[in-house]
Order: sequence, then structure tokens, then C-alpha cells
Amino acid sequence: MGRYILRRFGFMLISLWVIVTVSFILMNAVPGGPFTSVKLTPLVEKQLERKYGLDKPRWQQYITLLKNLLRFDLGLSIRERGRSVNDIIKYTFPTSAVLGLEALTFAVTLGLALGIIAALYRGKGLDYAAIIIAVIGVSIPNFVVASILQYVFGYKLNLLPIARWESFKHTILPAFALGLGTLASMTRMMRSSMLEVLSQDFIRTAKAKGLTSAQIIWRHGVRNAILPIVTILGPLTAAITTGTLVIERMFGIPGLGKYFVESIYNRDYPMIMGTTVFYSAILLFMTFLVDIAYGLVDPRIRIARGKGD
Amino acid sequence: MEQTITDQELSKAAGKPLLSIEDLQVSFHTYAGEVHAVRGVTYSVEQGGSLAVVGESGCGKTVTVQAVMGLTPMPPGEIKGGRIIFDGKNLLTLSEKQMQSVRGKDIGMIFQDPMTGLNPTMTVGRQIAEAIVKHQNLSRREATERAVEMLSLVEIPNPGVRAYQYPHEFSGGMRQRAMIAIALACEPLLLIADEPTTSLDVTIQSQILELLQSLQDRLGMTIVLITHNLGVVARLSRNIVVMYAGKVVESGSSSDIFYNSAHPYTQALLQSVPRLDRPSRMELASIPGTPPDLFQPPAGCAFAPRCKYAMKVCIEHDAQPTVVGDGHYVSCWLHHKANPNPLTQKLQNGGSYQ
Repeated sequence: MGRYILRRFGFMLISLWVIVTVSFILMNAVPGGPFTSVKLTPLVEKQLERKYGLDKPRWQQYITLLKNLLRFDLGLSIRERGRSVNDIIKYTFPTSAVLGLEALTFAVTLGLALGIIAALYRGKGLDYAAIIIAVIGVSIPNFVVASILQYVFGYKLNLLPIARWESFKHTILPAFALGLGTLASMTRMMRSSMLEVLSQDFIRTAKAKGLTSAQIIWRHGVRNAILPIVTILGPLTAAITTGTLVIERMFGIPGLGKYFVESIYNRDYPMIMGTTVFYSAILLFMTFLVDIAYGLVDPRIRIARGKGD
Repeated sequence: MEQTITDQELSKAAGKPLLSIEDLQVSFHTYAGEVHAVRGVTYSVEQGGSLAVVGESGCGKTVTVQAVMGLTPMPPGEIKGGRIIFDGKNLLTLSEKQMQSVRGKDIGMIFQDPMTGLNPTMTVGRQIAEAIVKHQNLSRREATERAVEMLSLVEIPNPGVRAYQYPHEFSGGMRQRAMIAIALACEPLLLIADEPTTSLDVTIQSQILELLQSLQDRLGMTIVLITHNLGVVARLSRNIVVMYAGKVVESGSSSDIFYNSAHPYTQALLQSVPRLDRPSRMELASIPGTPPDLFQPPAGCAFAPRCKYAMKVCIEHDAQPTVVGDGHYVSCWLHHKANPNPLTQKLQNGGSYQ
């Protein structure tokens, strides 16, 4: 197991390096630079370029970037004057993570429950209800959901705060708006996965043993049906906890989301690089966690890995 | 018409039956219409007996025993009529909860495909112990000990280690042994083996059959064996029921069926068994035609269109069970008393010698 983890860690570093390199190439391939949209005198622009090392040849910039990354230094943001990218992530990521985890918890628990119920009541009222929720969740964009929630619960009923990030109460609406899409896809996946598992022969074997429906569903059904869900949980967690532009904007949440998007508009090279590397690192780490979790749920994978070592 | 007998007489004829199925009718509702999969099946097996149900694919063998276990998928399935008397109770009238204490405890079942019949995410020992915990009120630990004993009963080497392994660490034959261990875990009165060897290769098939045979001898279990392999039947079963298109066409002792078969379908079936004592270049015998469409079952004998002895009456009216020997029944007009046609005599028996 130790060797396996070490090897996986090595692969993660290589993947990260590939991502950095490709991002660097793409970033530089896009026309314009950090100062294109601001009117500056040529002299000032020269000085600024020197400050951020943009006057050097590309390959030197690339080497510097790699060197800095090895020291976990993501550099200075060009737009957010005087703030390092590390700082920005340090202050905004926890907020996004809290929001994301709340949304994820809500989406996964409810989504799985709905999926299981839909599968068990296939073709009946509850199934259709779950499918309708799933379709609505998938097809309505989250900004629409967000504004409806704000209007109904914040403005009309005056139950929950419309925006800002202060107490738990403030987190409810954005977490719901953020999680609804995920909930919907969880429901759909769990439903089809559960239906597939329930038609398997070993479910019939379990039934022939005289087990109750609840025992069959929990011990034999859910554990097998959840396998495909575990796989997507990693990327999903990475995506949802690193912030989203729209939801954070609409609810006035000081999260990481806006930096992803704005850094690109602004050609804020260190910021682009920083957010990309940060997101990729989390994604890779989550995938790694999922692989380990997968082995715990599915014994076949545990063994295959043992042989591979 | 004294020869024609009622279903109840037919099922009682075999001594004191442990299981008797009377006029069972099962249909499946599909988009294309209602499939009459089982159309009035009657057979029984006595305590400690062994019965084989044979017939080609789709003739209702499995559907019948699924109904016994209460495993008929509903919908689309529907039990349209009949009774299943097991140990004095009509299983068809039991509630789901009552059935749960019959399944696995009084009746164990082995399924056709051991590769998919075990839960891949649970150790084999636990899958065996599960039924024991449920029916015998033992603790998890005691049940696991019993599971290890069961594995050694089905002759799995190293059962103490094997119990903690997962199904993917077992070979096909060993998985079928594990399935047998699950079915026998609570010492059921009746074991239903639904084509237990079909998906195994020939050497493993014979090992599994030997195992079943020795278990039957040792435990005195009643076995209903479903198969389309007549070779399997000859070794294991005292009585045979031959099914065709959702009905029983002939039933009797193994020797009746093998050496004295009366129904043209049974004879054709026996003739189609490949034999080593025939020239190897000889074409294998087969039954021409296909079984009838069970969306619209024929009014007469279902085998009539494929039967070389078919008469007018066969097409128009279905034959009722007729006694042709001690405990030997056949549903065929050729054997009816009212039939003056001497063709009966010409029927050659299709067993292993002529």
C-alpha cells in the first residue's frame, strides 16, 4: 500500500507538470497581455513588465514559474495590486470550500436517497416525482434557481438573508442553489445504477435466502449501486469546493470563484496559473482519495492493486 | 374415461408429497400481449425423493419453481391459478413475510449461473452466514463458524480461509459450491436446483453432480432438479417430469422415462442425446420445428405440429393425463383408451437401448 501511494503521488506530480506546461502554452498563445486593456505610457508598461518578469524570453519565464511552483510560490497578482496569489487563495478558498461542502452534503445525501427511492418505486408516482426533480435540477441553470430562491425566501417570505456571508443562515440559499444541479445528476445516476444492480442475479440469491426487502436493498443493492457514484465524487468535490463565479457573485460571497474567471479576462498570468494549479492539485488529490475509497468499497479493485505492486 | 385422472389424484399418487404443485398457471404480461408460460402444471415430489424436471428452453420449468419460491417477478408475472402445497401449506396464499421464513429456511434454491449469483462486494462466508443469522437466530460469529462448516461440507478446500474471500477469488465450480452452501445453510427440507451445471464445463459439471448426489444421500434431502440435460437426470433423480410448452407431458420413474417413454416428445428428446456408441459421422438427431408461441397457446396438444404421430384429435383437443404404468402418466392421445389406432405399438422407445 505504501508503495502504491508513493507511485500514485509521483504520477500526480507528473500530471500537475503537464497541466502547468499546457496552461502556460495556452495562456501565452492567447493574444494580448495583462496591460492591454489599460492605458499606460510605454515607459510605465516596460517597468511593469520588468517587475513581473514579462520582459524575459518565454522559456525563462517558464523556468522561473516551475522554480516558484516548487517552492509553493504562486507569485504576485498583477491586477490585485500588492497581493500574492497564495494570499488570495488562502483568504477566499475556505469560504468557497464551506459553501461547496454544504452544497455537496445536501446534494449527495438527498440525491442518493431520491435515486434509491425512484429505483424501488420504478414506474410509480414516487419514481416520476424523483425524475421530475432530476430533470428540473439538470435543466434549470443555477442562476435562475438562485434568483427564485432569493425572491421567494429572501424577499417575499423574509425567512433567509438574500446575500452576504455571515452566519449559517446565510449559507442555506447559496448551498441549495449550488447543489441542486448535482443533486439532480446524483438522483439520475443512482436511480439507473440501482435499477441495474437490482436486476442482477445475486439480488435473486439474496431473496432466495429469505432476507427482507430492506436487508436486500441495503446490504446487496446500495453497496453495489454506489460504486459508479464514488468515481465521480472526486472530480465533483474538486469542482464544487473551489468556488463558482455565478453563485458567489449573486449572493455576494467572498469566494475563490470570481478569480478563476476574472484572471482570464485580465490576462493576470500569475493568477491564471495559480488558480489552475490549485484546482488541478485538488482534483488530482480527490481522484487519489476516490481510488483509495474505491478499494474499500469494491474488493475486486483492492486485489488487482495488490497484484500490481 | 376412467383412465383420466384429476390433478389432485395425480399429485397424491406419489406417496406423501413434500411439495405438490397443482394446476399451476403463470402468465407474463408483456407489451406484445400475455405470455402463458405455465399452463396448468401438476407434479409432486415426496419427502426424501428426487425429482427431475426436463424439457427444452422456455418450456416453463424455471417459471414453475420460481413460483414455488415466490420469486416470480411481479409485474410482469402473474400467478393465474393453481396451488402449491408445501409441507401442508399453500405457498401461494402466504404473505410476503411468511414466505421470507420459507425461503432459505425450508426451501433452498441453487441458480443457473454461479458467476453472477454471488454478491461481488461481500465475502463468501458472510453471504452464507446471512441466511443462518436470519433463520436460526445465531450470532454473527456463530453463523460464520457454521458458514465455514458449510464450505467444508460442499468440499471446498481450506474453508477457514475461503470463507473470508470474495467471489472473484473463487473459480466457477467453487462458486457453484458456495451457492450450494448458501442454499443448504439452514438445512432446508427441499432443495431446488435450477440447472445447477449448465454454465459449468463438463468436468466441473460432473463434480457438482457428484456433490449433489452425496449430499442427498447424507442429508436425506428432497431435491427438485431442473435441467435440459438428460445425462444429468439419469444419475441424480428417481422420478422425472417432462415439460413441453408450459405443460407436463409425461411423468414417471427414471426407468419409465428412459426405457419405456410413452410421449413422442420424450422419445424425441431422448433420441437427441448424443451417444458415444453411434458412428461419429452420424448426424445428431434433432426435433424439427420450434415450440409453439405461448402468446396464443394452441387449443390441442402443443407438440402436435412437430409430432410425427399427430392425429386430427391432437390438433383439436388437448390430451389429459393417462395412466400407462405404475406411477407413469402421459398426456397423449396415442395412449388414450378410446384410441383405436395401433400406432401406439409402433412407437419405438428412445432410451439408451432399443
